[in-house]
Amino acid sequence: MSFESWISEPINWVYLVFGAVVLVSGFRVVTTQNVVRAALYLVATLGGTAALFLMLSAEFVAWTLVLVYIGAVVVLFLFGTMITRAPMVRDVGLDTPKARPVAAGLSLILFLTLSYTTMTAFGSREIVQVGEGTDTRILGEALLGRFVLPFEIVGFILLAALVGGVTLARRDLTPKEEEERSSV
Amino acid sequence: MILNQFLVIAAALFSLGVYGLIVRRNAVMILLAVELMLNAVNINLIAFEAVIRSSQAVGQIFTIFIITVAAAEVGIGLAIVIMIFRNRQSANVDDFNLMKF
Repeated sequence: MSFESWISEPINWVYLVFGAVVLVSGFRVVTTQNVVRAALYLVATLGGTAALFLMLSAEFVAWTLVLVYIGAVVVLFLFGTMITRAPMVRDVGLDTPKARPVAAGLSLILFLTLSYTTMTAFGSREIVQVGEGTDTRILGEALLGRFVLPFEIVGFILLAALVGGVTLARRDLTPKEEEERSSV
Repeated sequence: MILNQFLVIAAALFSLGVYGLIVRRNAVMILLAVELMLNAVNINLIAFEAVIRSSQAVGQIFTIFIITVAAAEVGIGLAIVIMIFRNRQSANVDDFNLMKF
């Protein structure tokens, strides 16, 4: 497929816009010197990703991403930032400046290797857009049918994470406080 | 639309995550970089699913599993960071030398 015919499709303009949003905000997540801004740039990255999922006719997963990530994970990050008393303003100690050239070179090599390999391996296979997207009923039947065991295991992982998070983050009571609590 | 355009954006996002993982010192920022990498994998899975169109939408099912496990990972990771912060008054991974030989 030539570039002219690729760019003439309107859907590819949408792709370029959201791809730029994802990449620019993803770049800012790892380069900004402000912790709160990094979390907010992550919101933009995930929002752009959800838009890409919508383009690929995965509506349910796109909205799951919005609910779980933007609704829960980013809030968790902001709480973590506040509790660890990370400075809310510009902080120069967030990076290791010495590591920057090495990290940039390494990730560039990784990007070139990954994109070259996938490009040569899968060629330019076309994605045919279907009008109605994926039926959520199919996902539900697969989750509770063929994938019911992984589904239960994931539920157990969430329970373990919940219990582990509470146990780890709880402050140990001093002997005096424990005495007061047991006397009430 | 072709498959490659989504694979390239996923590769770029994964590389950005690796960059952040190496360069960051704050533990919360390292977790943010890990989230970027997990998100890149999700894009790959959804793109391949859009090409293959399996009858049970297996790619989307696995994306849902990855999202769930990532949420659990963030919860535990932040709990560990908060606990270490409480003991060492720092969220900087250079200061965590308890397990260094």
